Amino acid sequence: MEHIIIIGNGISGVTVARHIRKLSDKKITIVSAETDYFFSRTALMYVYMGHMKFEHTQPYESWFWEKNNITLKKGFVKHIETATKTLEFAEGDSLKYDKLIIATGSKPNKFGWPGQDLKGVSGLYHKQDLENVEQYAPNNKVCKRAVIVGGGLIGIELAEMLSSRGIPVTFLVREKSFWNGVLPDGESGMINRHIKNHHIDLRLGFNLKEIKSDENGQVSSIIITETGEEIPCNYVGLTAGVSPNIDFIKTSDIELGRGVKVNRFLETSVEDVYAIGDCAEQRDGGIDQRRPIEAVWYTGRMMGETLAQTICGNRIQYKPGHWFNSAKFLDIEYQTYGWVFAKPRENEAHFHWKHEDDTKCITVCYDTTTNLFLGINTFGIRMRHEVFDRWLTEQKDVNYVMDHLAEANFDPEFFKHFEKDILNAFKNNLITA
Amino acid sequence: MGTIQRNMSLTGDASDHLNTLQKIGTIIGFGGLAIIVLSLFNNFENNGLWLTISLLAIASGIILYARGLYMDKLQGIKNHGVWFKSISSRGFLGWIAGILLTGFYIILYFFAELLGLGQGVDGSNTGIVGLFDPLSRLLSGNPASQWFVYGTLYTVAILAFGIKFLMKYKHNRYEQLRTLSVMFFQTAFAFVIPELMARLNSDTFSLPYNDLKLMWPLNYYAFEQWRVDQFINAQTIGLFFLILAILIVFVVSPFLTYKYGKRWYCSWVCGCGGLAETAGDSFRQLSDKSMSAWKLERWMINAVLVFSVVMTVATISTYLGYDPNKYWFTKNVFLTSVAVFLTAVFAGVAYWKRKELKKDALTGAIGFYALTIGFIVLIAFIDLSQIKIDAANLSFGLNTKVYAGDAALRSFYAFGIGSIFSGVIGTGFYPILGNRVWCRMGCPMAGILGIQQRLFSKFRITTNGGQCISCGNCSTYCEQGIDVRAYAQKGENIVRSSCVGCGVCSAVCPRGVLKLENGPLEGRIDANQVLLGNDVDLMDLVNNKN
Repeated sequence: MEHIIIIGNGISGVTVARHIRKLSDKKITIVSAETDYFFSRTALMYVYMGHMKFEHTQPYESWFWEKNNITLKKGFVKHIETATKTLEFAEGDSLKYDKLIIATGSKPNKFGWPGQDLKGVSGLYHKQDLENVEQYAPNNKVCKRAVIVGGGLIGIELAEMLSSRGIPVTFLVREKSFWNGVLPDGESGMINRHIKNHHIDLRLGFNLKEIKSDENGQVSSIIITETGEEIPCNYVGLTAGVSPNIDFIKTSDIELGRGVKVNRFLETSVEDVYAIGDCAEQRDGGIDQRRPIEAVWYTGRMMGETLAQTICGNRIQYKPGHWFNSAKFLDIEYQTYGWVFAKPRENEAHFHWKHEDDTKCITVCYDTTTNLFLGINTFGIRMRHEVFDRWLTEQKDVNYVMDHLAEANFDPEFFKHFEKDILNAFKNNLITA
Repeated sequence: MGTIQRNMSLTGDASDHLNTLQKIGTIIGFGGLAIIVLSLFNNFENNGLWLTISLLAIASGIILYARGLYMDKLQGIKNHGVWFKSISSRGFLGWIAGILLTGFYIILYFFAELLGLGQGVDGSNTGIVGLFDPLSRLLSGNPASQWFVYGTLYTVAILAFGIKFLMKYKHNRYEQLRTLSVMFFQTAFAFVIPELMARLNSDTFSLPYNDLKLMWPLNYYAFEQWRVDQFINAQTIGLFFLILAILIVFVVSPFLTYKYGKRWYCSWVCGCGGLAETAGDSFRQLSDKSMSAWKLERWMINAVLVFSVVMTVATISTYLGYDPNKYWFTKNVFLTSVAVFLTAVFAGVAYWKRKELKKDALTGAIGFYALTIGFIVLIAFIDLSQIKIDAANLSFGLNTKVYAGDAALRSFYAFGIGSIFSGVIGTGFYPILGNRVWCRMGCPMAGILGIQQRLFSKFRITTNGGQCISCGNCSTYCEQGIDVRAYAQKGENIVRSSCVGCGVCSAVCPRGVLKLENGPLEGRIDANQVLLGNDVDLMDLVNNKN
């Protein structure tokens, strides 16, 4: 029986395993050095905040794996010998595969800052990172202040986590406005204010120069590049993005770039070796307007759904549909469908509407020559994925979308609706523009 | 890689810290409770004054505490530290609260004289029951009973914790309206109106205590002889209430459940639900989400439903049997019509809904149906009232009465289901088993509404395309122990008989994935293996094959 080994038990690895099981009775082994069971990485923050226990982040009860005949192996792969199709483990043992799927995800970026490996410095990606935060920032007596470096999705989650335990947080963001490389100004500005309303010390346009240590090799302060200001702190969170977690593959003959190079079929340079999820890098550049490396929950899942077909004899390309994503910035939910870039590109325009309470806004992007609807960012108002996916497929124009916005509303019953305000603002905007 | 196992509940002290307002609230609230406890040992001169002080103190203590908890927080989800706090994570305080509540229920149901019921001169009340006399006289004109004490405290709890819930969910209008609704129905329908209506009773006219929204079979004594007789004897108005009670069960409730799901009752109207959603809100995360708990739930709730139907049929048929001229129905006509009705319902479901019933559900349904019909046939051939049952044999001598067969069924139901399950376990164990264990495992009303909701309702919780990140907030905070995430991560709508539509899964979802909706029956249940957002051809290929 063909033996499929999957390295990594995150959403990509587990999805491909589940789908292979649905389609076949191949022998499946999932290898992980991180945890015994699959858990939702995006939910780690809720464990620290006390919303959930770690068990709650595990989507399947432990009997699930045995019932579906999926073997789980805890171990750290230190070398892949593709010639003999063998995995060598740091623990000393080895395993033979017929097909290998690399789904090892990401690791937090470190840009060579002095002091980046001190005790009390961590990212927030692995379960071990959570344990680090718990150790060095358990409460505001042990941790008088925490500094977070890097203003992205993980940075703001970490800021929310730490402040949930009453720890004062300084949030260093390189950009002039939060996540402004992705979000248009209006949205980014609203989130800046929301962060400050949560009493988080947001420092925009500042970089980390170095992290200083005390006599025990533990963080004692950080220095800001631009001002030279020293901020005493007991924990530093490094959240300046993530990069593929592929160091252990470097000794093999699998071709690597920033990630594991794959073609559209998610096949690597070596036969019978595949890569999916955050660690895979499309060798021909990003698909559609996507990036070559997509470190997103949803794309990891979609690659898993796709690759299972190929593994089970129906060789198909990874062809994701319309772009979508979501996040939550403290109390404000964010969803996006289609493409809205931080600045309108050529022949594009943005329509921005913001509610006076400063917690809800939308940005709609459309083509100024054809009026084609290109995408929407929505904050504080839930929208239907299915409706926007259909409108994008049907290539609706922006007027149609604005007229029918109520159809896409996904807020709970009895919530106040804003479609009329939005439509009026849109019409006025066209008149004045 | 070293793993550090730390008990986070020991270190996360920010969440267990009480601010000044919370401390004041705690002192005032427990002060109010202390007055009630003190009344056991000391008959106050002025019960009316002390009762007023006590109830006001309890309510304002709860509200002040809540204000301290939420006042400086922005609008949003307030679950910080839920699993660190002793009270809400089955810690020491949780167990203490569970033991005290359970003890209270046991005294209330079985040892009311300890509360002072009828312990004074000429059977007047002393102690706690005596403390509540002035309020009871004000409303109904009669002295208090232990049930009045309980009803008053119950209402105060729903109102005060309801206000706490309103503060917690000030950003969510669905939660707000739902909570205002249970606060209203408890105060007006379960408490004030029935008490005031008792004033209409005289020597020549009397109506039973009638909470209009309390339907059979949750109200398991709805059709007992003394009640039905009282209604009939009260002529027009009594018949109106009797017919209304039947209409609510057979017409109004199925219609509303078809339109909106069982939530119209369970989380908008019901008193048990009202307490669970307000005072019990802090314990919703304690429900068991395992597959084995779900299996237990399906057997248990349907078994209680069968028991309640059999018990009610036995009761009605017995008094129809020995008093055949008094009622329109005779025993055999009644039994036949029940059997025909149940058979028609069962056959209809088995035929039209056969595709929606999985094998185990069908097996269970056939079993429970056969059991019910078997009992009905049995009741037709024997006269239960002629059977004598010595309770001493069943209760290790604790209860030495001898019951007639039908009375034995009623008493056993009232004791086992009405008192122990819904009260002692259902509410007393809030801090251990979660706030809806009765509603999930034991309530026969929820059983009926659940069957309707699963098979004949427009209600569902919609999953928003492919947006689920499997975080587990929805499942964790589902008070009914539904593994909501298991559906959401497959892009599948949630259509579960136990869902009471509290809306909290939707509220706590960080990605806007869940929405409670009423929509067309077509496509209500739809599992997707490949979720929205992926290759359209792949989605077609995989999803349509199943």
